[in-house]
Amino acid sequence: MPTSPDEPDPSAPSAVGAPAGAPAALEARRVVKSFGGVHALRAADLLVRPGEVHALMGENGAGKSTLIKLLTGVYRPDDGVIALHGTERAFRTPLEAQTAGISTIYQEVNLVPMMSVARNLFLGREPRRYGLVDLRTMNRLASEILERYGVRVDVTAPVHTLGLGARQMVALARAVRTDARVVIMDEPTSSLEPREVQTLFDVIRTLRDQGSAVVFVSHRLDELYEICDRVTVLRDGRTVHSGAMAALPRMELISLMLGRDLVAAQDGRVTAFAPDRSQRRPAPDDAALAELLPAGRRGRWARQAIPGDSDSNATDSGRAALSVSGLTDRHRLRDVSLDVAPGEVVGLGGLLGAGRSETAQAVLGAHPAAGTVSVDGKRIRRRNPQAAVRAGIAMLAEDRKAEGVIPGLSVRENIVLAALPRLSRAGIVSTARQDRIVEFFMNRLRIKASGPEQKVQDLSGGNQQKVLLARWMCLNPRVLLLDEPTRGIDVGAKAEVQGIIDQLAAEGVGVLLISSELDELIEGSDRVVVLRTGSVAARLDGDEVTAPNLLAALAGDGSGLGEPETGEPELGESESESAGPESGGADEGEGNAS
Amino acid sequence: MSVRTSQVPAAPRVSPEGLLETPRERWIRRAERRGPLVVLVAVCAAATIASPSDASWSDVSTILGNNAFVWLLALGMTFVITTGGIDLSVGSLYALGGVLAARGSSSGPWLAILLPLVVCAAWGAVQGILVAYGGMAPFIVTLAGLLGARGLLQALTNQGSTTYLVPAHSWFRHLGAGTWVPVGIVAALFAIGWVLMERTGYGATLTAIGGNQDSAVLLGLPVARAKVLVYLLSGTLAGAAGALGGARLGSGVTTIGVGYELTAIAAVVIGGTLLTGGYGTVGGTVCGVLLLAVIHHLIDRYLSQYGSAMTDAVNGAFLAVVVLAQALLERSRRR
Ligand SMILES: Nc1ncnc2c1ncn2[C@@H]1O[C@H](COP(=O)(O)OP(=O)(O)OP(=O)(O)O)[C@@H](O)[C@H]1O
Ligand SMILES: [Mg+2]
Repeated sequence: MPTSPDEPDPSAPSAVGAPAGAPAALEARRVVKSFGGVHALRAADLLVRPGEVHALMGENGAGKSTLIKLLTGVYRPDDGVIALHGTERAFRTPLEAQTAGISTIYQEVNLVPMMSVARNLFLGREPRRYGLVDLRTMNRLASEILERYGVRVDVTAPVHTLGLGARQMVALARAVRTDARVVIMDEPTSSLEPREVQTLFDVIRTLRDQGSAVVFVSHRLDELYEICDRVTVLRDGRTVHSGAMAALPRMELISLMLGRDLVAAQDGRVTAFAPDRSQRRPAPDDAALAELLPAGRRGRWARQAIPGDSDSNATDSGRAALSVSGLTDRHRLRDVSLDVAPGEVVGLGGLLGAGRSETAQAVLGAHPAAGTVSVDGKRIRRRNPQAAVRAGIAMLAEDRKAEGVIPGLSVRENIVLAALPRLSRAGIVSTARQDRIVEFFMNRLRIKASGPEQKVQDLSGGNQQKVLLARWMCLNPRVLLLDEPTRGIDVGAKAEVQGIIDQLAAEGVGVLLISSELDELIEGSDRVVVLRTGSVAARLDGDEVTAPNLLAALAGDGSGLGEPETGEPELGESESESAGPESGGADEGEGNAS
Repeated sequence: MSVRTSQVPAAPRVSPEGLLETPRERWIRRAERRGPLVVLVAVCAAATIASPSDASWSDVSTILGNNAFVWLLALGMTFVITTGGIDLSVGSLYALGGVLAARGSSSGPWLAILLPLVVCAAWGAVQGILVAYGGMAPFIVTLAGLLGARGLLQALTNQGSTTYLVPAHSWFRHLGAGTWVPVGIVAALFAIGWVLMERTGYGATLTAIGGNQDSAVLLGLPVARAKVLVYLLSGTLAGAAGALGGARLGSGVTTIGVGYELTAIAAVVIGGTLLTGGYGTVGGTVCGVLLLAVIHHLIDRYLSQYGSAMTDAVNGAFLAVVVLAQALLERSRRR
């Protein structure tokens, strides 16, 4: 365990770095909160001053969201003090906090899908005329506001017709009032593309410049170093550090957060992926797991695992694990073909709207499209998710909120849910066997829960995601489609997940990896297929998978390889407007405190 | 180093701003929203063409005059279902409202109006409090309400042996007489309901509750209060419908209203409101009730000689066809 400068310093962590005289916009002193037997917060301190962007960091389940809910009246603290602009406050409802000038975007808030964009945006504070909602003004204002967030849509259309990123932007625009003196954002960027992140940062900078205090939660370190002035680190419900962002090196921040050192990435690499395919190893303890998991005909355990170091043969010998050809739908996909060999990780690159998620969904059969999909050379005739899962395809969907966990069920039930039919013998499932599987994944992914019987709705956001990941992994698939697998999970778990992807590949699973983080794509994949506006624009193989090549292919100047002239092109749109340097995928290793 | 760069074909329609809807989908969505209206017009047109001589003004006025006040149950139900709830008590409250109106009318027409409204409003409010603050399932609470209101009705009328009559010269009777007065009242209430749903923050709150209640709470919307109000509203409308019915019939009838809650739910759902909550339209409900009334009338007219079993079967079959058509439309949007 590293000892940090102010490792649990009970005296007054909140005073660290706060110059005397600067009154706090929002302050929490030694707040405590537990749910039943679960201690979500033990002694959390937070001090945010006007005109600063304050990072709130901590691994999944550290208590960030709980602290935010205490600050804004969703929960009442068991102990401790909350003060707004120097006066002690005890909000009883989120509405009271809103009225007092705190705007909050909560981690799990959903919009109302069938309601129009404009009505969602103004929900609860519609512009009135003669006591009635003034639709015309509302629609006009909505267009104007969303324009600032880079979203240009028909504001009278229902929200469910928008893409995930645009929806998140609407939720943000809804929460962030221009007159708010404190704005709290709980993982606002987890479903945004890099360009949208830049747009959001512009908004945050405007807020900061006008003197608002901004609290910003994210698991993406690049973002934090780019936008935040100060940082507070939570670990296990305690504030373990508070200080200037730029003064805290990356590795130190990570070890503060995790309470341990993360295995340093080798030679300038930023992910935990093995440097190349020959160095992937199957997980050592998987042999024991092999007996547990459903050993379906197509399960990866049924066939001889491909030795991790036999690098060469998988692609050319034998059939592709997944073979997709001619995927075409009415509007978004055009003749997308790709192969994934057993033991291969194929990255799917592309900008916002390029059709990556649609491709994955079409492969699964959840998005209707013409074309053929075969697993192990066997064509899936009826194209629906059920048939695809039976054939050995598993998919982690992008929209975790809508297609994700079942909140009312326990961790255990959520994990074994999809595998149940195949775990059962004559309709009866051995609980002992379930328990061992669940325990395995809970350890492996460090799922922070009071036990396998805890309801998933009570887990932190990141831990819910880990549960979802475990669900698909225990399906023991031949082909794994991962749509943004590390979104919203902390750096420690991220490395863990990346390691697991490698292990799965080493064991012979074909992986299709979608990620808007360039590093992940470059270091994780053996090959990258780049999509542009719904069709394959480029295929990068082996050594060609480098940042400059990928950026060139993404941006669309397909002929000119090598370094693009004007730094890095915008990630997120081909017709890029100026929005500052892109962040999410830069291939730097060190902190770029800007 | 080489990169195989394929020729990029003409770009498919991808809206950069994340609008995933294509013109076709938008068209279908709008058509679907008007779906109940389209079906209604089609059915009326078909009936008129099949037997032009029969489609007379008297048909229309019979349909309207006899049914209009029952449609208020569907209006209240629209709000309840939009929040993701359900109100099974409205059929009983409808009957209760009629009896209370008849009873009150002996002490003057104002009491005939106020008594059913106040009692049914209170009844609804209690149900709403149990749902919103007690955290009980609306289905159970309002099922208890259904049984309880019937019980109260029995007690009021001594097991149905006492019949309250509306005095012959009370102006209260005019509220239910003929076609235009009751239809006018009902139309006005529907118009107010439409405004409430589409043009106030309250309507948006109801939709948000049905969409995702936890989110609605986090957004700072007055969730509990809105839920109490919605059951209160539904109860009041049922009471009003009962009062109008009592005025038309001239007496309080204890046996009416059985199963009306289900007809109301059917009308709401045919109108396009989502049974799971999160989307509701008053306009759709208007189409739903009219459609049901027209169908019922046609069946009565042409099939009644085959007996009531036949009419019920045709009624059910028609309902299934309408819902199926909507489901198909919905699926075609996904394609
Ligand atoms: N309503 C609840 N009931 C029981 N336990 C809860 C509840 N809410 C949170 N917890 C627990 O409190 C702890 C902190 O959760 P919290 O959501 O604050 O984490 P977080 O820091 O926001 O994590 P993430 O980065 O994953 O969002 C978790 O262990 C979680 O299981
Ligand atoms: Mg959280």
